[in-house]
Amino acid sequence: MINFDYVRATSAADAVSRIAAFPGAKFIAGGTNLVDLMKEDVERPPRLIDISRLPLNRVEDIQGGGLRIGALIANADLAGAPPVAQRYPLLGDALRAGASGQLRNMASVGGNLMQRTRCCYFYDLATPCNKRRPGDGCSARDGLNRAHAILGASVACVATHPSDMCVALAALDAIVHVRGPTEGRALALTDFHRLPGDTPDRDTNLEPDELITAVELPPKGFAEHYSYLKIRDRLSYAFALVSVAAALDLDGDRIREARIALGGVAHKPWRDARVEDAMRGEPANAATFGAAAQALLRDARALAHNAFKIDLAARTVVRALTQAARGTPQSQTDKRIG
Amino acid sequence: MSLSAPTCIGASVSRIDGPAKVTGAAKYAAEYVAPDLAHGYVVTSRIARGRIRRIDVSRARRVAGVIDVLTHDNRPQMAAQDDAYRDDVAPEGAPFRPLYNDRILFSGQPIAVVLAEDPEAARFAATLLGVDYDEEPHVTDFLGQRDAAVAAPKGAFGPPPARGSVETALEAAPVRHDADYYVPAETHNPMELYATTAIWDADGRLTVYDKTQGVQNAHTYLCGVFGLKPEDLRVMSPYMGGGFGSGLRPQYQVVLAVLAAKALRRPARVVLTRAQMFELGYRPAMIQRISLGADADGTLRAIAHDAVTMTSRYEDFYRQETGWSGLLYACANASYAHRLARLDLPTPCDMRAPSAATGVYALECAMDELAVALNMDPIALRLKNYSERDQHSGDPYSSKNLRACYEQGAEAFGWAGRAPEPRAMRDGDELIGWGMATGVWEALQMSIGVRIVLSANGHAEVSCATSDIGTGTYTIMAQVAADMLGLPLQDISIRLGDSTLPRSPVEGGSWIAASVANGIAATADAIRADVLRLAQGLPHAPLAGAGPDDVELAEGCVVSRADPSRRTPIADALRHARLERIEREHLTEFAAPKLAHNTHSAVFAEVRIDEDLGLIRVTRVVSAVAAGRILNAKTARSQIMGGVVWGVGMALHEETLIDPAFGRIMNANIADYHVPVNADIHDIEVIFVDEPDAEINHLGVKGLGEIGIVGVAAAIANAVYHATGTRVRDLPITLDKLRR
Ligand SMILES: Cc1cc2nc3c(=O)[nH]c(=O)nc-3n(C[C@H](O)[C@H](O)[C@H](O)COP(=O)(O)OP(=O)(O)OC[C@H]3O[C@@H](n4cnc5c(N)ncnc54)[C@H](O)[C@@H]3O)c2cc1C
Ligand code: SF4
Repeated sequence: MINFDYVRATSAADAVSRIAAFPGAKFIAGGTNLVDLMKEDVERPPRLIDISRLPLNRVEDIQGGGLRIGALIANADLAGAPPVAQRYPLLGDALRAGASGQLRNMASVGGNLMQRTRCCYFYDLATPCNKRRPGDGCSARDGLNRAHAILGASVACVATHPSDMCVALAALDAIVHVRGPTEGRALALTDFHRLPGDTPDRDTNLEPDELITAVELPPKGFAEHYSYLKIRDRLSYAFALVSVAAALDLDGDRIREARIALGGVAHKPWRDARVEDAMRGEPANAATFGAAAQALLRDARALAHNAFKIDLAARTVVRALTQAARGTPQSQTDKRIG
Repeated sequence: MSLSAPTCIGASVSRIDGPAKVTGAAKYAAEYVAPDLAHGYVVTSRIARGRIRRIDVSRARRVAGVIDVLTHDNRPQMAAQDDAYRDDVAPEGAPFRPLYNDRILFSGQPIAVVLAEDPEAARFAATLLGVDYDEEPHVTDFLGQRDAAVAAPKGAFGPPPARGSVETALEAAPVRHDADYYVPAETHNPMELYATTAIWDADGRLTVYDKTQGVQNAHTYLCGVFGLKPEDLRVMSPYMGGGFGSGLRPQYQVVLAVLAAKALRRPARVVLTRAQMFELGYRPAMIQRISLGADADGTLRAIAHDAVTMTSRYEDFYRQETGWSGLLYACANASYAHRLARLDLPTPCDMRAPSAATGVYALECAMDELAVALNMDPIALRLKNYSERDQHSGDPYSSKNLRACYEQGAEAFGWAGRAPEPRAMRDGDELIGWGMATGVWEALQMSIGVRIVLSANGHAEVSCATSDIGTGTYTIMAQVAADMLGLPLQDISIRLGDSTLPRSPVEGGSWIAASVANGIAATADAIRADVLRLAQGLPHAPLAGAGPDDVELAEGCVVSRADPSRRTPIADALRHARLERIEREHLTEFAAPKLAHNTHSAVFAEVRIDEDLGLIRVTRVVSAVAAGRILNAKTARSQIMGGVVWGVGMALHEETLIDPAFGRIMNANIADYHVPVNADIHDIEVIFVDEPDAEINHLGVKGLGEIGIVGVAAAIANAVYHATGTRVRDLPITLDKLRR
């Protein structure tokens, strides 16, 4: 861990101007990911700009429906916020599926969006990693890659994005509001994270001098038919091998609209509009769900140790959709899968 | 001496050191401070094999607050002979010498320690070290080395002699089962980080606060490595946040802290990181081949158990995995083989129930498979081959109530309701499986010294150099002393974890409870005789004419057993003799027992498996244990529960992942190295069956530190088979393996 200096931002504008003025500086919110990476010398920011006290921690209704979530609200608080519990329970469940109670108390929404992969080589400076140092090579491609990507990977990088929250946000068509030194902009959540391609060092489309200020949820919350189903190697406190955020809008037995986002399978939360479109008007039954699962994973490619994820992902999609259709979402507190 | 009415022994007594631990009064190795303390941060090797060409320390040295950087080039003198580094529990070979020379033996090896005025400066400066290596090809791929493995030397842990003629018996057996079972490397991960604080006193003597399971082992080792006079060194480890075997051998941080203290002539502290702890030792990965032959009625005709385990290139660590198979069940023909795959890794070490956790796992899965082949109930198969004798020696047991474990465990579990065929039980999306296994461990005892100081005010101090690694040794020592000295528990104080105290072996092998409890009893006998003698010096002594065996200490008095009204208060006896206290130190030796001695258990597990997704939940475990007299119902139960939880981890979660290309452990942190969390643990019921043992030792204590984990992984693996019809023979049983 290197020595660094520390300043506290007084406002969002201050934060952005400070980061623009100090190349290599980083924002710190809850610190649950950044500090770990600093301890391993993966991140070596000479300066930390503490944004954790900025007043970006409110959850506010938007005129005409929808919700605006401050980037600094803690994951635990967001999961428990009444509008989330009532209107966007899929998001609340995804948050609760992540990390541990202690971590969720510290982790912010912005930090969660920006958290980096858990690829073990990324964390170990003794091994080459293109995400850490472009051009060094990817140790995971022929290494321990049981947890790695089956969709959207590149020769350069086969890492996955580890977030649970982002999977739900992807399914909910969330919008990320950011602010740069001169102007603000909004990005669809599904455009926020990138596929690795030839630039695996870039996880997101956020510029280094931009601050995430809020996440906006459109009015449609799918509060009746949803499920967040996370499959992992132990029943809590582990990253997803595969996770699925499923949301359905049903007209009787027919699907009016379906949303399916996959976590743990790619460098970003995975959605496929074609698959969702094809479900429109179909009956909400096993055949439809199975076909959707197959279609979603059509282009999946296995590495030496993660072939099981393809089939597992398909089964998880079917189960999550079944739970959603039934109106019996996966509980995040029971010691069992429903 | 007898226990006419033991009130403390066996009772459910909460840990006497609990309040000190939760209030922070209990200090651990990294918490001792001294003026001028130097802080060390360890730098480790990034390659698995080769030589250090150069370590450039110039940038690190320029960091404000950095005092020095120690490497093999500039460290203080250390011994040149292997013998000096060979501690009490060292395996055969040339022990690792920290910072000794330029040779790299494993990735993660310490190659420098940066010393600074504060830990932050040390840690920062450590990032600035420039290290050049001459790399050599390394081999860490265990499975790839299976065929290259060499026979384990015939040491104390070598396989027992074969009996009968296994080949012939296997060929003749109407029913046979042969399979390979794999256990990955596993890492202990005790909560407390390994740390040492070394502090000079005014006379130039060194006190070393070390995280260790054996202060005297560390003491002897350090004296050897640094040529210190025994009286100039004291090693202390009064509290320990878990060891599980990882602290049996002195670990390298203790050497680095002493090196630092010597180099700087200042007090020094070295604390390892979690990642560094993964290189201290681990349960070796192993492949075990089990062949069983049986008659159609289940009578075992032959057992062959071959193990290949991993070790380092510089030491041959191995334990007797294979012998458990031939010990447990009546069988005329048994053979064993043990081979070692030598890899460019650190030497493995003991980890809870070393050899039994793994060897019995393989055996008990194989027995389950044999039961399936025989179409026989798994318990019936075990009862069919039940042995009242140690099958190696032919000796009868001092006590063996495994039968009661099967009975009471099965009853509590509801085993009778089990549908024999696999996939026969389900609940919604979940398949239900029930499995069982036998557990077996040793009942060892080692010579041990105990000192008791009994004061006229009715207080006793009991001391011994043993450790309490978190298991409850303080508490059982106090309980035994309270009963033996006839004093209330709160009037007993315990000192341990100090190399200057009476002699103790390392705390391991589940032998401390039996050893120290009997050691206290024997020392208390001497105290009782002293008190009686003093009491008999009183005018009109009520106990005149009584011999030591005619009296006991109770209620603060020495009391006639025959007539409890004849008694003299201990305080009166001492005061009359003008003594403030009496003191006895006694070394208790245990004669090699004439009878066989083991602890046993029967473990029953229920799993529920989501058929589609493969998620496995261990929803119930019943562990019925026969371990002689239980000293403390509460800490004993905790000990077994902890073993069961660990067994769940062994079955489903734990695996130290080594990348063969780099020879590095890739999940060296406790987010990625999985152990069970609360959500993975459901009902655990612990039963202690009655097992009086008048032979093993005075108090009938056998110890139960390790038996709790033995058999658990097999019971779960067998339950997984029963649920799914899929046999997974490589641990951990992760969901992907159910679908291969
Ligand atoms: C042991 C462990 C287990 C975990 N398990 C899970 C899990 O199962 N599922 C899961 O989803 N997550 C898990 N996490 C990750 C956790 O969710 C993230 O660490 C957390 O969300 C990060 O938030 P933070 O506020 O602490 O971010 P920080 O660590 O403070 O920051 C992370 C990154 O985000 C940047 N950043 C923070 N806020 C902003 C902002 N407003 N604008 C721009 N950039 C910003 C920082 O500069 C930094 O680069 C786990 C973490 C740990 C340590
Ligand atoms: S998968 Fe990506 S993060 Fe992992 S080693 Fe390869 S390049 Fe690095």
